[in-house]
Amino acid sequence: MKVAIASGKGGTGKTTVAVNLARSWGGPVQLLDCDVEEPNAHLFLGGEKGEEVPVFVKVPSVDEALCDGCGECGRFCEFHAIVVVGRSPIVFPGMCHACGGCAKVCPRGAIREVDERIGVVETRRSGSVSLTLGRMDVGMSMAPPLVHAVRARIQGGSPAILDAPAGTSCSVVATLRETDFVVLVTEPTPFGLHDLTLAVDLVRELRLPFGVVVNRVGAGDDRVHAWCRKEGVEILLEIPDDRRIAEGYARGRLLVEALPEYGDLFRSLAGTIAARVGVAA
Amino acid sequence: MKIAFSTSGESLEAPLDSRFGRAPYFLIYDLDSRQARVVDNGASRASSQGAGIQAADSVVRAGAGAVVTAHCGPKAFQVLHAAGIKVFSCHAATVGEALDMYRSGALVEQTGADVAGHHA
Repeated sequence: MKVAIASGKGGTGKTTVAVNLARSWGGPVQLLDCDVEEPNAHLFLGGEKGEEVPVFVKVPSVDEALCDGCGECGRFCEFHAIVVVGRSPIVFPGMCHACGGCAKVCPRGAIREVDERIGVVETRRSGSVSLTLGRMDVGMSMAPPLVHAVRARIQGGSPAILDAPAGTSCSVVATLRETDFVVLVTEPTPFGLHDLTLAVDLVRELRLPFGVVVNRVGAGDDRVHAWCRKEGVEILLEIPDDRRIAEGYARGRLLVEALPEYGDLFRSLAGTIAARVGVAA
Repeated sequence: MKIAFSTSGESLEAPLDSRFGRAPYFLIYDLDSRQARVVDNGASRASSQGAGIQAADSVVRAGAGAVVTAHCGPKAFQVLHAAGIKVFSCHAATVGEALDMYRSGALVEQTGADVAGHHA
């Protein structure tokens, strides 16, 4: 079973839900931190750092002795990762989506593909949670291949919880694809609702079953609840607006450990998700 | 020589757009013939990333020898620099004012990008 934790808006509590759900699952569980631009699940789970494996993508390298500056590569590349100025090709590896098209369309065979490091995949173990996280190198911008590398570490057997980046961009799609259930975390504010609707549009387009966790209930207003009722969207869990939760988070503590009275909330969330997916928690 | 101005309009009276890569248009002014033509930068604006690279490519193809804009990012600057196009930073209100400043030698040539890119 693969469960993704996502949200349209940043800062709604995705990581809080992901790490506390993982800790509360009751049995071995895999947690995949797919927020590769700013992975942070390990800050809460701790554990010994295990192996660290570099991840590469293929980017073009031009042999200028063979290049005649025809510009076919630049016209082909939708992402402007290669452009010919005068007779000199300029490659922007950070823009490259590693499709290999430029090398294929080059009539002179002047382009070959070389490895460009984009980041690393790290593994950690913290009690019953085995954590895998992607960490993109500074200056890199191509997150999806790294998300795929993190997902490739999922093993059959124990459930996998995937902590997605915020938003609805390519790296979020890469995290959500082919999961069994998506938990969308939001907050009861105008921004929270606006970005929730974007995230709901995304999961509906991906045809994934989903439910909503409303964080900081008591702050803001009831517009998220009203919208969910109107749309027939299930609210899986409500986390109250409790200053102590923010204090614990700021200290890097797991909510279910800092405030054990919240343990039941996350155990019930695990049970609800398992029921929706149709497996035993 | 031709100069490319980033602009949100299509004449010398139009505002100078502060952005290079995502400016709606470039007004290409020929200092010798005193003729102006407009290059649509819509395709760059529509691209999710690499707008600066594509915009710079358009300016190169338009045969410009200089760019006058408020802000130019690193990738656009790299392409313009490779093509031998000088970049002048200017905060004039209109293209016409920017042209006058260029003619009077009031503009300083940029030696590098003055703003960070959005994706790197």
